[in-house]
Amino acid sequence: MEFIQTLLANQVLVSILLSALPLVFIVLMVLVVLYTEMKVAAHIQDRVAYMRTGWHGVLQPIADMLKLLQKEDIIPTKSDKLLFRTAPFIAFTGTYVAYAVLPFSSIYIGSNINLGAFFLVAAGSFVVIGILMAGWASNNKWSLIGGIRSASQMISYEIPTALAVIIVVMITGSLNLQDVTKFQDGGMGNWIVFGGPLPWMQKLMLMPFTLVTFFILFVASIAEVNRTPFDFPEAESELVQGFNTEYSGMRFAMFYLSEYANLFTVSAVVVSLFLGGWSSPFGTFMSGPLWGIFWFVVKAYMFMLIQIWIRWTLPRLRVDQLMFVSWKVLTPWLFVCILGVGLILVL
Amino acid sequence: MELYTIIFYFFTVITLGSTCIVVFSRNIVRAAFALLFAFFGVAGIYIFLLADFIAVTQLLIYVGGIMVLILFSVMLTSHQINVDAKTGVIQTLPAILISACIGGGLVWVFWITDWKVNSQLPIVETTAPKIGEMLLTKYLLPFEVASVILLVALIGAAMIARREKKV
Repeated sequence: MEFIQTLLANQVLVSILLSALPLVFIVLMVLVVLYTEMKVAAHIQDRVAYMRTGWHGVLQPIADMLKLLQKEDIIPTKSDKLLFRTAPFIAFTGTYVAYAVLPFSSIYIGSNINLGAFFLVAAGSFVVIGILMAGWASNNKWSLIGGIRSASQMISYEIPTALAVIIVVMITGSLNLQDVTKFQDGGMGNWIVFGGPLPWMQKLMLMPFTLVTFFILFVASIAEVNRTPFDFPEAESELVQGFNTEYSGMRFAMFYLSEYANLFTVSAVVVSLFLGGWSSPFGTFMSGPLWGIFWFVVKAYMFMLIQIWIRWTLPRLRVDQLMFVSWKVLTPWLFVCILGVGLILVL
Repeated sequence: MELYTIIFYFFTVITLGSTCIVVFSRNIVRAAFALLFAFFGVAGIYIFLLADFIAVTQLLIYVGGIMVLILFSVMLTSHQINVDAKTGVIQTLPAILISACIGGGLVWVFWITDWKVNSQLPIVETTAPKIGEMLLTKYLLPFEVASVILLVALIGAAMIARREKKV
């Protein structure tokens, strides 16, 4: 960082350069995840997917990207043009700001603010606005329904997410994601999902609560990124393509990018809150700043794999079931967990 | 601190510009979306006042909650009712009086406040633990009252929703 600062000798340039760093990561990561998704989906359905572009079709995501870049940007005549144009940018910005507080490694975090976990919950609300804006500006009934479904879903599932974050904060005593990760450093046994690095009696008592919380946060995170079994905003069989029906070309690509970037964000949040973030699962073995990035990305990637697996195996829920799960199952269970964790920590 | 000045003016322009759109726009949905940027700009200014917790809360509550609520109601009604937002002048005298009072009050507060302008980049420390401590000690009663009111509102909302279902 110091080196770049002296090289460019201009603070504004340095900040722009540093804040563009996660963008490079997002683009590369999305290419890999796209390929994984297509391949995993195909194998689940007993197909083989791309085989012709490169070895087993590894170049296909790049070809797809080039195709999207060349497509015509169609804007419907009866749409609200200004809002139609801005919506993808707002959705993507909402996704992107979350990367500022993700602790990729013990030395790399965009902004080491003390409210990291809280900020992540807040940043998600921008994506909702972007999707609502897209749905409304398209001037299309299906898009509007898709946008509104998405908003109600994301707002409902923000509550379990926030409550799960509160439980982690109660155990670690910090909202700073870097501190939360450091708290869990030193091997698999210290991860919060297994009760954190506390005396073994306390740990054993905490374990059932943390395991339940971990599972709930995982379910809520799938709902937050609008994926099957919670993919109501773009339920193809009901709503054509949902909120992004009218979008094409690069604007569609931005929604796509935002969706996959969000997938990584929620996985990374689960990982850094419950699974030790960048810390190595084997204590001091294979740990260090660079290994940190490796572990962080590998753990998050594991979660994305599970989410892809779920997407291609489970059917979609009904809208009322979705609300039922959020308000009558996940939220009350989290209240039980908060009470339990609080009592154990006080005693 | 050149960079911080630029960012400060960036947030100021966002806030003022979008509030102007909120007031002058004839399209009610656009006005609602402009309000979003106004809230966002205010959150940025809170950070300059070193109120990090309030800034993030502003994003969470206003952008994530209240804005979505406003958008819901505006979007679901504007197509059906098909009434443009009224932009004419109705009650000139009361409007001028009230605006003058509020404006005067703001200017008065601006003058009497002892602004501590800090040109150095201040040490950023989180305000969240202090706010939490104060809420649970000195301001426990208002805090509890607010929670009870919110609980009542929640139960009320659930009751209304349920009754509608039965009919």
